[in-house]
Amino acid sequence: MEALHALIEGFAVALTWTNLMWGFVGVTLGTAVGVLPGVGPALAIALLLPATSKIDPTGALIMFAGIYYGAMFGGSTTSILLNTPGESATIVTAMEGNLMAKAGRAGPALATSAIGSFVAGTLATIALTLLSPLVVDVALRFGPAEYFAVMVLAFTTVSAVLGASPLRGIAALFFGLFLGLMGIDTQTGQARFTLGIPELLDGIDVVVVAVGLFAVGETLYVATYLNRTMDKLEKFGGSVMMSAQDWARSWKPWLRGTLLGFPFGTLPAGGAEIPTFLSYAIERKLTKHPEEFGKGAIEGVAGPEAANNASATGTLVPLLTLGLPTTATAAIILAAFQQYGLQPGPLLFETQPTLVWALIASMYIGNVILLILNLPLVGLWVKLLAIPRPLLYAGILIFATLGAYGLRNSWFDLLLLYVIGLVGFLMRRYDIPVAPVIVGMILGPLAESQFRRALAISQGDLSVFVTQPIAAGVLLLAALTVIVPPLWRRVAARRAARAA
Amino acid sequence: MQPVRLIRAACRASLVALTAAAFATPALALDTLKILVPANPGGGWDQTGRALQAAMQEGKIVPKVTVDNKGGAGGTIGIAQFVNSQKGDGNALMVGGMVMVGAIVTNKSPVTLAQVTPIARLTGEYEVIVVPASSKIKTMKELVEQLKANPGSVAWGGGSAGGTDHILAAMIAQAAGADPAKINYIAYAGGGEALAAILGGHVAAGVSGYGEFAGQIKSGKMRALAISSPTRVPGIDIPTLKEQGIDVELANWRGVFGAPGITDAQRKELIDVVTRTVKSPAWQATLKKNEWDDLFESGDAFKAFLDKDIARVTKIIESVGLAKK
Repeated sequence: MEALHALIEGFAVALTWTNLMWGFVGVTLGTAVGVLPGVGPALAIALLLPATSKIDPTGALIMFAGIYYGAMFGGSTTSILLNTPGESATIVTAMEGNLMAKAGRAGPALATSAIGSFVAGTLATIALTLLSPLVVDVALRFGPAEYFAVMVLAFTTVSAVLGASPLRGIAALFFGLFLGLMGIDTQTGQARFTLGIPELLDGIDVVVVAVGLFAVGETLYVATYLNRTMDKLEKFGGSVMMSAQDWARSWKPWLRGTLLGFPFGTLPAGGAEIPTFLSYAIERKLTKHPEEFGKGAIEGVAGPEAANNASATGTLVPLLTLGLPTTATAAIILAAFQQYGLQPGPLLFETQPTLVWALIASMYIGNVILLILNLPLVGLWVKLLAIPRPLLYAGILIFATLGAYGLRNSWFDLLLLYVIGLVGFLMRRYDIPVAPVIVGMILGPLAESQFRRALAISQGDLSVFVTQPIAAGVLLLAALTVIVPPLWRRVAARRAARAA
Repeated sequence: MQPVRLIRAACRASLVALTAAAFATPALALDTLKILVPANPGGGWDQTGRALQAAMQEGKIVPKVTVDNKGGAGGTIGIAQFVNSQKGDGNALMVGGMVMVGAIVTNKSPVTLAQVTPIARLTGEYEVIVVPASSKIKTMKELVEQLKANPGSVAWGGGSAGGTDHILAAMIAQAAGADPAKINYIAYAGGGEALAAILGGHVAAGVSGYGEFAGQIKSGKMRALAISSPTRVPGIDIPTLKEQGIDVELANWRGVFGAPGITDAQRKELIDVVTRTVKSPAWQATLKKNEWDDLFESGDAFKAFLDKDIARVTKIIESVGLAKK
């Protein structure tokens, strides 16, 4: 096999002591960066780029792969422990992961996240090695109509996050849709809902909203109702490691998450958020322990974590085969290629096979280093929760503040963070779920711009959504997810009635 | 490089900087300089700002240069901060470019480029018009004919609404005699997304900076119909718009500006410093590495160019209907 042979040569290039050292440096740096909300892997690599121009390309790429994986894992760590997602891809992790931590199961949550990321990263890298040319052909067939169909499917499946009261859930969803619409309209360049404030022209960053609703909102809530919530919080206890049952409940979500995340990553407008939502929704449907969802179910951490890592690897498919950067981090890696005088683009595999395969090999290595470095640290991280709560929550607040400011160095984002935190506090007080806000905010604007692009290209002809096979198929699937479950319930009820 | 050596190198570098500062001759006009990049790290403006910083420090033209990022809204957030807090400061520069000209008009920014002091235009990139390799359209003439017959049937894919790509598409329509308000422009967020839409054949034609499409053109996945330069660019085998009968030329330029209200002497100093930087080997190497075209023009010449560019960009943005008169 040609690809396999090339990969082995890639390993030969990548596996030197110096390169391994760069890998360790990268993972350590990346984890540190990921733990700080607001500083993502893209920014970290961008800032390091000038410093690495003196070291050889393979070493630098291994370090970047390490930063990438480290940052992803670091983001999950704060999501689980502090309910402070550092980037949009780990927002879903915060939902069940933080609940697990509160139930004294932070150790298994972190472990399933680390091992799940490792499994997904490795499987996705294998898929990248073997399937790249094939996958990219399919990905290019996705135009605006197809993307819109996928968004509709996402909307119909994520109803699972709406919570117990549909009315409250939908109210929260629409609040998110509204927040997502603020800023310059992509298609016409006109400002919407900006109240004449220039800082709002670029819209509100979803990380500010997530950190505001989750971390600040909760801190305010705990501070206000400290005595009432005290008894609800369980003391940290239980094993740091995953039990046999945890493993049994994790491995399937890891695989399903990988299967969801990788293809989404390869889509030029796919991203990591939608597959994490979908993975969460699917795990919630398939779990044998539905009663644990909303109280900290391990499946709700394992699936999305795998999906988010697989999607990150998936973004390398269009990058390496077409020279298409589809995420900020991919764009920076492309810039790194350029720094070494490489012409990014479809010819990269042919003109620079050594470097490309060295990069792929370094992704395998980065994954292993991440696991080796972080699994032993889980016990240490968990100790963080033993900090007395007033101090812990003050720390969370400082963290959230630093992160929000770090996004754009703007005091305006700080103001937003605390206003949204106040909203989050009120939502918790009146039992309105906060997760749908994030879902609406991410999916809404995406669905809107793809819908309008599709109609602009077809010059207003609505039939584009049903005449193209992929779009029509996905829409049909979306319709089925809405129609089938109630129908099924009715059939089952009738059968039960007849039997009785 | 090992950490110890790194530290040693850093010490040596700072020692050199120190001695340079201590023995500064009068020829060393500025000892410090703050460069504001009105965009987030990683993009073209950021690269320009950091390349200037490196060339100034390496060539010992200015010993201490810092770069600050203040991104958002096509640079209008950055320029507002620059005008408000740097007034009269002769040690401050701001990076900017054609995208900012457009953003100021579409965003109705209260602060405009008329308030800052133009220092120099540095680099530029020409735009190309492409179609997917599988497209029926073979020449610019065929594209223009289809555009004239039915402007809506040509879906143009490119960068953000009101940006350079959009402006060029509108200019081509206007020059061809079609109504620029009727062009069917599909805006994509990042370069990658537009590229995918063109490669997948979802749009009829694409517009972007040459660098972004170069790889695809060389590999034959895209066909380049025209380039927006005044004459053919050496090494790039693409006919210009002008030689194909469309009287349009456009360069996505980048330049630097001084603070508002600086004295003539301060302005002269900044122009002098930038001119010497542009001539330095470090800057010339950067141009070559990034494939940036050298469009250096300073002082009054740049000011005259800027006034003309603002007038023409404003007019075209109004004619597309992005901003009202």
